[in-house]
Amino acid sequence: MQRQNVIVVGGGLAGLMAAVRIAEQNFHVDLFSLVPVRRSHSVCAQGGINAAVNTKGEGDSPWEHFDDTIYGGDFLANQTPVKRMCEAAPGIIYLFDRMGVMFNRTDEGLLDFRRFGGTKYHRTAFAGATTGQQLLYALDEQVRRYEAAGRVTKFEGWEFLSAIADDAGVCRGVVAADLVSGEVRAFPGRAVILATGGLGMIFGKSTNSVINTGAAAGSVYTQGARFANGEFIQVHPTAIPGPDKLRLMSESARGEGGRVWVPRNGERWYFLEEMYPAYGNLVPRDIASRAIFDVCVNQGLGVDGKNQVYLDLTHIPADELEVKLGGILEIYRKFMGDDPAKVPMKVFPAVHYSMGGLWVDYDQMTAIPGLFAAGECEYQYHGANRLGANSLLSCIYGGQVAGQKAMEWALDKAPDTDPTRHGELEATRQREFLDRIRSMDGDENPYVLHRELGEVMTENVTVVRHNDRLDATLERIAEFKERWTNLRPPDNGARANQSLHFARQLYYMLELAHVITLGARLRDESRGAHYKPEFPDRDDERFLKTTLAAYTADGPRIDYEDVDIQYIPPRPRKYDVDKKETMG
Amino acid sequence: MSRTVRLRIRRQDGPDAPSRWEEFAVPHYPHMNVITCLQEIQRNPVDAQGKATTPVVWDCNCLEEVCGACTMVINGRARQACSALVDDLPQPIVLEPLSKFPLIRDLMVDRTVMFENLKRIKGWVPIDGTYDLGPGPRLAEKRRQFGYRLSRCMTCGCCMEACPQVNRRTNFIGPAALAQALYFNISPIGRSLAEERLEAIMGDGGITECGNAQNCVKVCPKEVPLTTAIAKLNGDTTWYFLRNWFQR
Ligand SMILES: Cc1cc2nc3c(=O)[nH]c(=O)nc-3n(C[C@H](O)[C@H](O)[C@H](O)COP(=O)(O)OP(=O)(O)OC[C@H]3O[C@@H](n4cnc5c(N)ncnc54)[C@H](O)[C@@H]3O)c2cc1C
Ligand code: SF4
Ligand code: SF4
Ligand code: FES
Repeated sequence: MQRQNVIVVGGGLAGLMAAVRIAEQNFHVDLFSLVPVRRSHSVCAQGGINAAVNTKGEGDSPWEHFDDTIYGGDFLANQTPVKRMCEAAPGIIYLFDRMGVMFNRTDEGLLDFRRFGGTKYHRTAFAGATTGQQLLYALDEQVRRYEAAGRVTKFEGWEFLSAIADDAGVCRGVVAADLVSGEVRAFPGRAVILATGGLGMIFGKSTNSVINTGAAAGSVYTQGARFANGEFIQVHPTAIPGPDKLRLMSESARGEGGRVWVPRNGERWYFLEEMYPAYGNLVPRDIASRAIFDVCVNQGLGVDGKNQVYLDLTHIPADELEVKLGGILEIYRKFMGDDPAKVPMKVFPAVHYSMGGLWVDYDQMTAIPGLFAAGECEYQYHGANRLGANSLLSCIYGGQVAGQKAMEWALDKAPDTDPTRHGELEATRQREFLDRIRSMDGDENPYVLHRELGEVMTENVTVVRHNDRLDATLERIAEFKERWTNLRPPDNGARANQSLHFARQLYYMLELAHVITLGARLRDESRGAHYKPEFPDRDDERFLKTTLAAYTADGPRIDYEDVDIQYIPPRPRKYDVDKKETMG
Repeated sequence: MSRTVRLRIRRQDGPDAPSRWEEFAVPHYPHMNVITCLQEIQRNPVDAQGKATTPVVWDCNCLEEVCGACTMVINGRARQACSALVDDLPQPIVLEPLSKFPLIRDLMVDRTVMFENLKRIKGWVPIDGTYDLGPGPRLAEKRRQFGYRLSRCMTCGCCMEACPQVNRRTNFIGPAALAQALYFNISPIGRSLAEERLEAIMGDGGITECGNAQNCVKVCPKEVPLTTAIAKLNGDTTWYFLRNWFQR
């Protein structure tokens, strides 16, 4: 009899939440992560997590949260799972409160909430400006508790390479590599959950952590999982430009009253407040990023003639800033040397989040039976644009659903045949792939190739998209794929060979770059984060549809699927006026 | 010639391999930090003498000093490489791995012991389950602020590197885990395990190993109030010890 276990790949919020859900029901979890889970990218999240708890007497409700999310996502998200998530949100905040998260409090000792973009309500719970860190640690601690009790086995410093599929195409486990020793091994599992996070590294520099390559999702995509809505990439309006990373200055800065402006004719031009009087600085991110782009690139009004605008907190009392935004002020001080309490920060948009990801059904199962996905690596909750502070929520909620459903699959549906042979075949295939890379003898350095990919993607597939440039980008990607076969990994040591694994990840980054760019090329409309000046309007007739990419050796095959709009009929999306005025 | 940044890096292929120094000169640009230098070496793995070498191996993830991964010894001091700005450092910038942890390769070390220590102190809140059980307890904002300062520890290891009592002879649990013990002991629900945590830090390698040298608190990048926490725990363990003693 096979061991009763579920494999969870990824120790960010989504993966850890799934792991706790499973372990608390006396089921065993094997947990894989590139880094010690406590260092996962979720630790970076700053601003907060949404839940309509309505403690400020504003009349907020899960329905309002649901409507804001669907409207903010330009009606591309399937409505059933989003509705369920918004209904579960208050319970999720309470859960983390019970786990000991040091959420900011009101005078009465209740949870405090702040404002975020795309809503008029105080709906965002926060722990200073390091909310992701605090939530991640709380889950890490719960997982450690189950680890001590023998119900979780951690494989930290192991990289997931691929899924094991049996003859019927059912997922039966994973193949992973020990990043220190180089050992490649098959691990059988009754169900597998991928919670491997985002893919910002495809754009070279972004607000993401360096391990967010998307390679795990890319790998299962080449194995038959579908990749949905890849072209929807969120560009966050306010990050600090840097040579290695674009460091985020959270939307919470504006949620707490921060204002965006540029000098114009000797005066301060608060352009977001002028263009969008109803929401001002708290318009959704796609809108703010396009406005900043327009002001800097088209109108040439960037601060000091550069691509940057001011994000100004100097009018807010310094002690209040420290309690509510300390974490991001510290980042600005340490990396820029200026104090945002005294001088306005200089920021510019940066690639931040992927709304697209692995296609999953309402049980979080991918197109490969037995393989589930949760968190930023899947596509389900944000449509064409994610609202701030909804990602931590969707990671946790998706992790809960995936954990529950994967366990049910493991108990009721997983085949009882022996998966050993399939595991060995897949492990051999992966060893051969790594050996092939190791023995490559060309003249391309993988890190240089990666930088070029990032530059091309950032230049052409972010805020403003043109079909001719997308065509040219597709050609560049084909060229990069060709050059990839001509690599020379700069290290052939056996131990902790980081460049070997990076070269392998780059292969999958190129596959996903192809999916993202082709999806963008084919979607001739503007919706949420996807904006084409040639097609400035949303076209529900043709494109109120989920993009579905399927891998073929000649590149992605793109199909479309209808969107579940059973609760809220699509209406025009406008942030210059109040939401009620759009409801007709 | 354009400006360059000079680095001297201690390299070692594995725990049993000999260590060696390599020197590098990488192009300078504004706002660069130590990780940007290491990334330059990845793209062009050639030393200052023009000899081909391998990219340096090190840990990093967030690049904004919140994940704790990239700790190394920079010009003699343990700190994060991502927030070590090149323009603030005398050159050559000397990079070495943390010395208190087993070496993996080059600047990469194994800090598993820090996570094991969190197990030792039962570093969790024993909730009944993750289903919806309604709101948690109220908490005064002032208390919350103290808890928050403790909760920002990113297990980076700087304090362990700086503490003279963390060494091969003692098996001292170290300042980071002690501060976490206090963090859970003041949490409204976490405190239900307070006595077990005090027991855990009273034994061998526990709080009595601390010689109050105060090095730890000076190097902590997140300003975790380590010595305040240790002093508070000292009081708590003494009180706990006496109470048990009287109850015998
Ligand atoms: C700077 C910043 C600030 C943000 N702030 C907010 C905010 O305030 N509110 C909000 O809602 N959202 C925010 N977000 C978005 C949010 O943080 C992320 O979407 C979310 O944390 C993703 O969580 P995750 O669990 O899906 O993945 P991650 O936290 O990225 O975790 C992925 C896990 O998968 C593992 N992994 C990946 N690949 C492999 C592999 N091949 N093998 C083994 N393991 C693997 C990694 O080791 C890691 O453990 C922010 C994002 C950024 C970049
Ligand atoms: S105060 Fe204690 S823990 Fe801190 S450095 Fe000194 S001996 Fe180590
Ligand atoms: S207490 Fe400070 S120095 Fe020590 S591990 Fe935590 S963050 Fe690092
Ligand atoms: S890379 Fe995360 S702390 Fe430096």
